[in-house]
Amino acid sequence: MSKVKILTKGFFKENPSLILVLGMCPTLAVTTSVNNAIGMGAATTFVLLMSNLIISLLKNVIPDKVRIPCFIVIIATFVSIVDLIIQGFVPALSESLGVFIPLIVVNCIVLGRAEAFASKNGVIDSILDGLGMGIGFTISLILVAAVREILGAGSFMGFQFIPSDYNILIFVLAPGAFLVLGFIMALMRHIINRVTEKRKNKMCAAK
Amino acid sequence: MAQKKEASLIKLVVVLTAIALVAGLALTGVYALTKGPIELSQKEKKDKALHDVLPGFSGNIADTVISIDGEDVTVHKAINADGSLFGVGVETFTKKAFAGRFDLMVGFDDDGVILNTEVIKAGETPGLGDKINKSKSDFAKQFNGQDPAEYKLQVSKDGGDVDAITAATISSRAYCDAVQRAYNVFKIVKEAHHE
Amino acid sequence: MEYILMIIGAVLVNNIILVQFLGICPFLGVSSKVNTALGMGAAVTFVMALATLVTSALQKYVLVPLNITFLQTIVFILVIASLVQMVEIMLKKMSPSLYKALGVYLPLITTNCAVLGIAIKVTEQPLIAAHGFSIIDSTIYSVAIAIGFTLAIVIFAGLREQMELVDIPKGMKGVPIALITAGILAMAFMGFNGLVPLP
Repeated sequence: MSKVKILTKGFFKENPSLILVLGMCPTLAVTTSVNNAIGMGAATTFVLLMSNLIISLLKNVIPDKVRIPCFIVIIATFVSIVDLIIQGFVPALSESLGVFIPLIVVNCIVLGRAEAFASKNGVIDSILDGLGMGIGFTISLILVAAVREILGAGSFMGFQFIPSDYNILIFVLAPGAFLVLGFIMALMRHIINRVTEKRKNKMCAAK
Repeated sequence: MAQKKEASLIKLVVVLTAIALVAGLALTGVYALTKGPIELSQKEKKDKALHDVLPGFSGNIADTVISIDGEDVTVHKAINADGSLFGVGVETFTKKAFAGRFDLMVGFDDDGVILNTEVIKAGETPGLGDKINKSKSDFAKQFNGQDPAEYKLQVSKDGGDVDAITAATISSRAYCDAVQRAYNVFKIVKEAHHE
Repeated sequence: MEYILMIIGAVLVNNIILVQFLGICPFLGVSSKVNTALGMGAAVTFVMALATLVTSALQKYVLVPLNITFLQTIVFILVIASLVQMVEIMLKKMSPSLYKALGVYLPLITTNCAVLGIAIKVTEQPLIAAHGFSIIDSTIYSVAIAIGFTLAIVIFAGLREQMELVDIPKGMKGVPIALITAGILAMAFMGFNGLVPLP
């Protein structure tokens, strides 16, 4: 696989939350505003990048039997570091993301990439993979958050452009998260189905 | 064969311990580095809130701690150059909030009139309860300039003078509860100051 | 009375899946049949109660006295991971039938954010204001939360069983329609808002 492909596969084709259905909890919980989504995406990307880097470096040292506990310790360390940094330098973000920062530890994306990619591949590939998956996750968070914030709060990144009397409150509340994510996912799948069908038709025609 | 198994067990333990140790050390290091900024950012936030609830004051502030409802509440007394009381900033709280608890800073002038209120820490539901923040709605502004001696700090549903946030009565009630607690503290402080 | 309010609040008003968004992965993954959903619920209840008991004891007697609460995340996840392993081994030896029923769900629970999420959440503020931070309160609360989890996942599995037969657009099949169903279920649960004051 080419380096570019390793990086970009997480953006759309193997998008962790919209296609692989991983890391659903943060995708639903923190997407009440675009700012939160960016913060959460950045924190997760950092953890993915660093844990992939360290795990690919240590992959020959760590015995197979204890690899999961080792991965968990490494991931938890970086999550705690991110948590402390956010508390120290972006306190407002730490307040709005709350418990979901420490919960990056149990985000299936991070452990999943460590297990499926970083423990089998070289350092550079692992960094690219972590970065790509992190960016893909961030993109999907922003997508969901943008829809919810515009419809539910009438604003984008905190900038209000629809007066609050005309907002559809349900979209920032819990049910809205499920509905928006469901419809975005359905749309993504529909597009992918269309594209593959077209390709098939073309191939048939060429034959 | 047996020997090999034993060796691998030692390796397991060594690797796991080593990783845990390095992780612990790294974390302690980062904690030491970020401890200062974390404390500083919390202090800055409180200072800013205090500045906002005592508009126009720049002089000596004396802090005291008063115990009310089983909790310690920090009170910031703003004292004019001649020793008279300019006003009081009270770090109050409520436990009746939707998310359990939130913390407010409430400023009173010398007569007990509410100058301003500011949210210090709250985790109310986005879109509903978070309208207690002034950036989200005008709810909190209705308290400014009111004297709790004659202004009933309850939502209108409960027979008070406060217009609740639509669909967030619990958060609105909690806000009134916190401001009322601040006023009770203010009365204690004011009496003590004049004695 | 305080406990009754706390339990109702945890099961219905502050439902862990539909309001707090924790434990979505098993909610979507293990909810195609009512029986498996019940099994998962039982396993989560068991592990969550045990994990919260141990982690809140650790918080109270180790992390806070030593002033090392910044190690909370790493300590809690290690405790949960090893607890899950231990429970698995013990169940295998002591009650093979129960192991057969719950065994497949146990490894999944380590990465179930509900368990870690609740373990961290109960340390943040007292559940019953007058008691302060109490290990017993935390454990009772975690059981109530787990019951809420089971309730949501079982109702949801029932809905999904019916949905198998419905003709819907191709792109909607599977997870998307499940999410939309969950959204409508969450709306129903919003009706419990304000039923009791929350901790």
